[in-house]
Amino acid sequence: MNKQFWYGIISHWSLSYSIHVFCNSVDSTSTSRSDRSTHAAKTPYAMSSDNVSTSTEFSPELRVLRDSNKEEPQLLPKESVQDMAKDVTYICPYIGALRGTLTVTNYRLFFRCMDREPAFVLDLPLGVVSRVEKIGGASSRGEVSYGLVCKDIRNLRFAHKQMEDSLRKSIFEILMKFAFPVSNGLPIFAFEYGQVYPENGWKVYDAQAEYKRQGIPNESWRITKVNDHYEVCDTYPSNLVVPVNIPDEELKRVAAFRAKGRIPVLSWIHPESQATVTRCSQPMVGVNGKRSKDDEKYLQAIMDANAQSHKLFIFDARPSVNAAANKMKGGGYESEDAYQNAELVFLDIHNIHVMRESLRKLKEVVYPNIEESHWLSNLESTHWLEHIKLILAGALRIADKVESGKTSVVVHCSDGWDRTAQLTSLAMLMLDGHYRTIRGFQVLLEKEWLSFGHRFQLRIGHGDKNHTDADRSPVFLQFIDCVWQITRQFPAAFEFNEYFLVTILDHMYSCLFGTFMCNSEQQRVKEELPKKTVSLWAYINSQLEEFTNPLYVNYSNHVLFPVVSMRHLELWVGYYIRWNPRMRPQEPVHQRYKELLAKRAELQKRVEELQRDVTNRSASSTERAGSPTRSITPVQTFV
Amino acid sequence: MFDGRVLLKQVILLFWPLISTWVQGAEKIDSCQLQVLEMLSSLGSAGGKSAKPSFVSYVTPEEIKSEKEPSRKEKHPDLLPGEVVFCSASTVLKYTQDDLSQRGVFGVLLCTNFRVSFVSDEEPTEEMLFKNKLYGENDIPLSCVDNIYGDKRKLITGGLVKNKYPSKMIIHCKDLRVFQFSLSFSKEEDAKKIFQGIVHHCLEPKSLRCLFAFSYCENTSYPGSYTVENTSKKQTVMFDSVEDWTQDMKRTKGNCRVVSENSNFELSPKMLTAVAHNHLYSVKTEDLSDTLPTVQDILLSYNKFKQFFLIDNTTEFWMSDMKWFSSLDNCGWLDIIRQCLQKAVEVVESLEKENTNVLIMEEGGSDLCCVVSSLVQLMLDPYYRTLLGFQSLVQKEWVAGGHAFLDRSNHLHLKDKVESPVFLLFLECVWQLQQQHGPAFQFSETYLTVLSDSVHVPVFTTFLFNNDGHRDSLLRAESPHTQRSPLNCPTVWDWSVQFDCKAQDLFTNPLYTEKPKQDTSVRKSYRPRHLRQLSLPSSAFKTPPKKGFFKDEADNLKKILGVKRLSRWMLSPSSDSPQTSSSVREFYEAWQTKPLDYHGLLLPCLDGPSIRVWMQRYLRWIHDVQILGGGPVAMLSKVSEILGEVQELQRQLDRHGCTLTSNHKGARPRAKTAAAVIAARSSVRLSSSFPFVTSRNWAFKPAIPTSLLQSLMVTGMPGNLADREDDGGPESLV
Repeated sequence: MNKQFWYGIISHWSLSYSIHVFCNSVDSTSTSRSDRSTHAAKTPYAMSSDNVSTSTEFSPELRVLRDSNKEEPQLLPKESVQDMAKDVTYICPYIGALRGTLTVTNYRLFFRCMDREPAFVLDLPLGVVSRVEKIGGASSRGEVSYGLVCKDIRNLRFAHKQMEDSLRKSIFEILMKFAFPVSNGLPIFAFEYGQVYPENGWKVYDAQAEYKRQGIPNESWRITKVNDHYEVCDTYPSNLVVPVNIPDEELKRVAAFRAKGRIPVLSWIHPESQATVTRCSQPMVGVNGKRSKDDEKYLQAIMDANAQSHKLFIFDARPSVNAAANKMKGGGYESEDAYQNAELVFLDIHNIHVMRESLRKLKEVVYPNIEESHWLSNLESTHWLEHIKLILAGALRIADKVESGKTSVVVHCSDGWDRTAQLTSLAMLMLDGHYRTIRGFQVLLEKEWLSFGHRFQLRIGHGDKNHTDADRSPVFLQFIDCVWQITRQFPAAFEFNEYFLVTILDHMYSCLFGTFMCNSEQQRVKEELPKKTVSLWAYINSQLEEFTNPLYVNYSNHVLFPVVSMRHLELWVGYYIRWNPRMRPQEPVHQRYKELLAKRAELQKRVEELQRDVTNRSASSTERAGSPTRSITPVQTFV
Repeated sequence: MFDGRVLLKQVILLFWPLISTWVQGAEKIDSCQLQVLEMLSSLGSAGGKSAKPSFVSYVTPEEIKSEKEPSRKEKHPDLLPGEVVFCSASTVLKYTQDDLSQRGVFGVLLCTNFRVSFVSDEEPTEEMLFKNKLYGENDIPLSCVDNIYGDKRKLITGGLVKNKYPSKMIIHCKDLRVFQFSLSFSKEEDAKKIFQGIVHHCLEPKSLRCLFAFSYCENTSYPGSYTVENTSKKQTVMFDSVEDWTQDMKRTKGNCRVVSENSNFELSPKMLTAVAHNHLYSVKTEDLSDTLPTVQDILLSYNKFKQFFLIDNTTEFWMSDMKWFSSLDNCGWLDIIRQCLQKAVEVVESLEKENTNVLIMEEGGSDLCCVVSSLVQLMLDPYYRTLLGFQSLVQKEWVAGGHAFLDRSNHLHLKDKVESPVFLLFLECVWQLQQQHGPAFQFSETYLTVLSDSVHVPVFTTFLFNNDGHRDSLLRAESPHTQRSPLNCPTVWDWSVQFDCKAQDLFTNPLYTEKPKQDTSVRKSYRPRHLRQLSLPSSAFKTPPKKGFFKDEADNLKKILGVKRLSRWMLSPSSDSPQTSSSVREFYEAWQTKPLDYHGLLLPCLDGPSIRVWMQRYLRWIHDVQILGGGPVAMLSKVSEILGEVQELQRQLDRHGCTLTSNHKGARPRAKTAAAVIAARSSVRLSSSFPFVTSRNWAFKPAIPTSLLQSLMVTGMPGNLADREDDGGPESLV
């Protein structure tokens, strides 16, 4: 019965593949599932017969089908309709022109075309809109046309009749207002959305607990309170781990020598060798080659904290040319003369501007259609995967030095919040199986990205209409792409699935949750985000089965060394090309694994029932045929 | 143009009985007929005459004898029946890494009538799970040698070798292994001999009877001699008898008559069968020569493509990594794969949507015709997606269909033959389908890889001949016994010749979806009716009346065909490709919106990102790209584990005397894979090269790409972004 139902859903989805736009209404009780189903339709793991059959509260497809005659979206708490226009044309690049009703709320854009069976629905959070522009004047048919450029690799185009009443604002002017609340003095929707979830997602990361998990404090490392009020460094978290023998006063002097006061602090420590990953910003060397005794002593202390090695590797994420150019602006890199026993390695990763340009080109290549000829050459010309490769290669070298070389490493770029975050978090993902679990990954993001001040607000430009802002850059997207590449190479090593990664990206843009708001911990505290907004993790952790990889094997102690050859790198079709219905698999592969697991569960249940029967009937012989009811212990592998 | 005497084009008629059944329903059955056509062929010279024996053994009998001195004999590999050592040299260094690190192992290099073999002086390593019984990891079957390079990477060609020999010899194999030997530590005489021997036996023209198969088969007594008693024979339909064809007609409900006029290959020694469809006047012709690349194009492209994987230098490998995508694009191999798949989809579209019969033709009729017609059948008929069904398909469309395996693989190194990896191209296409629709295939990726390797093992009759007639006459002629019992060579389908049962278990796909049917016999339970419901749109199609229209005479048919072909040529000399592709696009999209049925029609997605490189086959030997602990096997091993548990539970339920309502028969054959993978996992480190390479001996260190520095060219970007500072403007807060 479940199965039948299931197929019903699938066919509904695939028939309505035109519904290709939603990402956000995530409220588990009141939202339409259509958004989720679209994800599901292109992210293999998401469709779960389990889920559909067991947790009815999370499967509002039925409601969607029932309500499909409604023209309005299911509203979230505190969401309100701002404007509505009939006879708007959506020019779909895959289907063609569709005429329907457009609704704009303070959270989303909702378009529904009733002429088709099933109805065509476009449901997108305004947060993904990067810019809205009027295309040309009124056409011969008296229509004006608007283009929406979105942050999630698509563009939307609408047309509607020229208003006879020119005094009235067009729906697109309303849309502009709510798409860019920051520019219009309005609150971001995350501050209004008040959905209550079983778990408080803001509690997922507790810095002290995480350091405790790593065995810190220990004889070499301590947690300092020097930055409690963000006075030493306003872009760093309040909890910092530093070498035991460096007093707080010296830390302040080190901070003076590091860009933005971002001193080297511990990110991760190897449980056996005590080799560490530390992160910081560039030293303020300048053209005159300034030195700091405190900084030199500090790095020496980091090296000394690891008895296994008498060397320290400093990984500068930048190309050496750029690192040198920074000297002109007072920055630079550690000279090997000043830092004895330290070896400096440049990782050649380019800056945020190069990455932004690369993504722009990638979008041209993949959206809306893929050009048939020379796909691979076109892909190569975007350099996107080359950047991915360089980032992965850098992280691999770091992980290798720590794991194989038992050597501590210091990682920095210029400011230490973009490339540095990419490198340390990826290296930690390779080194520590905990971060490959769903909750562990959340901790990793909270720690390396959010608490260490990756400037999400600036890089994404939440609610800001200034789409040409040079601070915008897909740094975090690149990181998630790298994670996806590793999951491709190690399909059983991660507890989470592709849908999890896509969901994180979608909600980074959606502005529904507070998680990716602001630029630093200090700002988040000041804005009282934990109090005023919902964390994305609350939503995700309320339906973990959606995000779980059925093939996960917990090899917690294994280090993953991905192969960083282009031969093994691939464009993430499930993210970048997901709007193209042709590229969507009809049945996600992982569906089959889930079926298998379901079958196992079913059989287990049967066996248990039978055993109970047998025991009841013949109480004398209590023979237990036990093995399969045990949980499986992962077989020893050598990774 | 078509005068019957000079054959410019041969035509293969793709007979697709399934379609007629699907579209016509059962009631139409009686009116169909089958024609087995002698091919319109007066056959050129192509494999009919066997070349004069030109082979002269390089070594004299005395030399062979000297090889058998006890001191050296212990260094021999285990010789196969009929295998003879030609020459050998000791203290040859085989490099273990790339040529920049000079590390390696010393041993004896031998050349036999079957292989080039290196026997290490060191203790042999433990047995591999996936061991080929015919040749080991340090053996190269002679026909598997692709190119030999000497010092300074100079290509060695046969005939030019004089008294010199290189100090270093690099051998590129057709299965993409690369061997590097240093001869500088051997005795000069030995080194010269082994080098010349290898070059002579691997590169110079020889006669068919010098292929190892003949000597092997004479010295092996095959149980059952590949007659009906043999199990493998029973299962894989060989299409070498009228019964097989009749059976297949029955299976697919085609109502045609098998004609055995050509049973003695009198009409056409090359062609066994072409099967004409019954209502020929609704036929649509597809001339592949118009739209698909030629066999020469295919070879050219593949030769470029394979170079990316024949790695003898790590540094170069990483250098080439940055330009990987454009290099791949430029060699055009993936594009050729895409074109073949697209053509097959077009044919399927005609069959399915327009209910037209399709006549596929090309010059020769046995290259791309084979590719396209077998792909079409693979897409349409789930039977061919089973292991045995697939083998039968190859047997039917390729072996019986007269693909010139001998010429195309050019085992004999004859200058006048056009070598071309057409069969490999087909396997590539199958692999693409399999990647996109995994659960629809009973066989695994490993199976396809092994099959592609087996083409270069000169033991199997399957790949040694140009057509059935050729095979028949040669096996008879070569038979040492009476004229009546031809030589018995194994076919490739007898996998036990190469692999033990455990290794063969890896040929099945554990995630294969069995047809939900109680009947265990796939072939018998096959009911096209079921498929018809799920197949595409099918219009109200009226079968035209056809009784008496079609006569048995081949002449008559020829005439009809001739007319068809001529008219096509005159009407549209070349089909407009963008148009075709948009129609195919729509067809695919229409299919895509239907619920997916793994036992129904399958179509491949042809968009750029969907056509991929067959990683297992091409990357398996390259150390730097092995994903230790990862790759598809990581998934496979988890799946196997779950399957094992499911079965254990099922057994327990059975023990309790209860059966579940659902069908669990499918789980049984799958368990084999489970066992094989789990067995492997307990002994070695698994990697993405599983099962071909086990990583026992590898250092647990990641490959750090070199030459990253020179790599990225970001110059020429607008505004020189690379030089800009990370943070442009003043910080703006929320």
